[in-house]
Amino acid sequence: MDSNRTRRLSAAALAAAVALTVAGCGSGSSSGDSGKAGGVVTISVNGLPPATQTVDRKNFEDDVKAFEASHPTIRIDAREGLMDPKTFAAKLAGGQLEDVFYVYFTDPAGLIQRRQVADISQYLKDVPALADVKPELLDVFKDRTGKVYGLPTGNYSMGLVYNRALFTKAGLDPEKPPTSWDEVRTAAQKITALGDGITGYADFSKNNQGGWHLSSWIYSLGGDVAKQDGETWKPAFNSEAGHKALQYLHDMRWTDDTMGSRQLLEIPDVQKMMGSGKLGMYLAGPDNIPTIVKQFERKYDEFGLAAMPGTGTLGGGDGFMFNLKNTPEKTKAGLAWVQWKYLNPEREEQITKKSAGSDIPIGLPQPDLFNGKGGETIKAVHAQYANVPQRNYQPFVDRNSSVKVKVEPPNAQQLYAILDGVMQAVLTDKDANRDQLLADAEKKAATVLAAVK
Amino acid sequence: MKVDTPRASRQGPGVAAPSVPPRPLGAPLPRRDRLRRRIADNLVAYAFLVLGILAFALFSWYPIVRGFLLSFQQVNFAAPAEWVGLDNFQRLLDDPLFLTAWRNTLWFTLLALVFGFAAPFVTAVVLNELRHGRAYLRMTVYLPVMLPPIVTVLLWRWFYDPGPGLFNNVLKIFHLPPQQWLESSNLSMLSLVIVSTWANMGTTTLIYLAALGGIPGELYEAAQLDGASIRQRLWHVTIPQMRFILLITLLLQVIGTMQVFVEPFVLTGGGPSDATITVLLLLYRYAFVYSDFGLASAMSTVLFVVLGAFAGLYLRLTRTKG
Repeated sequence: MDSNRTRRLSAAALAAAVALTVAGCGSGSSSGDSGKAGGVVTISVNGLPPATQTVDRKNFEDDVKAFEASHPTIRIDAREGLMDPKTFAAKLAGGQLEDVFYVYFTDPAGLIQRRQVADISQYLKDVPALADVKPELLDVFKDRTGKVYGLPTGNYSMGLVYNRALFTKAGLDPEKPPTSWDEVRTAAQKITALGDGITGYADFSKNNQGGWHLSSWIYSLGGDVAKQDGETWKPAFNSEAGHKALQYLHDMRWTDDTMGSRQLLEIPDVQKMMGSGKLGMYLAGPDNIPTIVKQFERKYDEFGLAAMPGTGTLGGGDGFMFNLKNTPEKTKAGLAWVQWKYLNPEREEQITKKSAGSDIPIGLPQPDLFNGKGGETIKAVHAQYANVPQRNYQPFVDRNSSVKVKVEPPNAQQLYAILDGVMQAVLTDKDANRDQLLADAEKKAATVLAAVK
Repeated sequence: MKVDTPRASRQGPGVAAPSVPPRPLGAPLPRRDRLRRRIADNLVAYAFLVLGILAFALFSWYPIVRGFLLSFQQVNFAAPAEWVGLDNFQRLLDDPLFLTAWRNTLWFTLLALVFGFAAPFVTAVVLNELRHGRAYLRMTVYLPVMLPPIVTVLLWRWFYDPGPGLFNNVLKIFHLPPQQWLESSNLSMLSLVIVSTWANMGTTTLIYLAALGGIPGELYEAAQLDGASIRQRLWHVTIPQMRFILLITLLLQVIGTMQVFVEPFVLTGGGPSDATITVLLLLYRYAFVYSDFGLASAMSTVLFVVLGAFAGLYLRLTRTKG
């Protein structure tokens, strides 16, 4: 009897302990709180560099301290991580999404369309820095009615990264990189002719990156990927520019054999080729150069940057958006943080001076966010403290202003997935029917664009 | 008049006797009492089970139910979900990649069965016949299973590289033309199947080896006395004796291979020209590239139903055998 009672009591205790543990697991920090205590607003923000990037992390933490000192009513809860589509929905559903969170230019359209972000239009009068920000970059964060949902903090436009040593070896002038696709084709032939497994030109064709780059090709040849027709969007890549782009790719891959035999490449593959000194040219933004230099222990002197061949290019970038559940206080505090940290040309000298002795690159031609006085200030500071060979990027600076920068199309990732197939087919099948490929892709893209609201 | 029953007298005067007659000694307990007794007897076991049940409920059953509901909803995770009926399924059917993905998945499954089913069986039979180095070879066959899948796939990416890759260099030695292992629409799926077979056949081989070890030696002796050749012994003794194990592994393999993801995700990204896009890869795209969780859930519901049919068949077979 006693033993039975003991067993039952033990069982009840065990069950209770389990229940309490589970209940304990369930009670986390709620995101629904106002974040305001004693007149102080606490906001969570991401973008904190990981501990492995010691200099960047220290700079970020110093910025947090300095910001809190100058804004005594705001506390920053800094978290690691940028935009990760794999965890975004789970964080949003679980109330764990930061109050101010990082996004790439491909994200805002979808987030706005799905009503997952806060409208910050009414608070923008408190962000005077926006007056100098290039308006086309702010447009990325607007909906059709002009409401604003975020702020841009970085930008890039696609250019041509090239290996200067291979240019010289191949008898090309590294100070005068190609400005048209015909010139790219000729340069690729000369570089490939060097032999020793060297590839003249490489391009992506996997995981939507092929579609992303094909869009850049089409822009560079004067075309568009999608066009707005009244209230609706329609595919525009089945055009002369689209056909020309595929023709060039086909000829370089199959006729000239200057693109190597391995295809279905993505960013890390091509960066590795460039980092190992076996690649002549590829399309990328300026930010690729420090990645290659750091990852493959190369020198900045080895690489050059030219503007996109042709007349247009694809522009991208990053910025911050705001949690839909934010209180007005949190949104205002978040705007104050983004403006102070990222949209503040007056702080540029202080930040640059601090980074000058580190391996943080200073003097790359982008990001280039500001017009007017802000932009001039930043350029002057970067020229003064440059720790990368700016002359190697002069071909980009000289010509980029004459190249029309076009932002990503709506439902960009879905369109890129469709165009990925086209890129793959041209680079892996010598006899691919390019007219048919573009026509089929157009039909699929029409369905995707019909869903754009 | 007061009825004097033993029960009434035990309960004391003034207490009415129950209308239920006393239970004779040895008679079974009423159903409710039996249930109570069973619960009381197993209380400790149930308490220990709570954690497991909660874990299953939270991490397995709840996501399954939630996923099923999501397939009938449009969600943004910021506002209450909107019921959309069968819209997600309709959109799924409208996507031309839906049929392509299923066709590719079934093709992969079929190829994986041809290779992944035969290769471990043949390997197990050969290993079983060996007199020397059996343990070493058994370990060698199992070694790839211990490699993380991503390492396996990256290793094979180098094998398949059309330039400096291993396979094309071997072909070159024999003066054969190089192949576009992953870049060709015709070869890419077969290439993925070979990777998958190499990576997973170790476990199946061990299962077959264990089953082969369980076949009574007398059967082979008797067959040998009857003058049966090796092929006849294999056909008339080994295969009939392993029929059940072969069937079970076949079903498990169908369920496993239909969920192929890592190989196409890392090696081909679904290309070239959607030649290797599979159901799970498309589902991944819906959810994590397009953030369309309703569509992804509809896809997973369809996959769940198909795999559920195979799982049901598996359960039925194992029960029949039991």
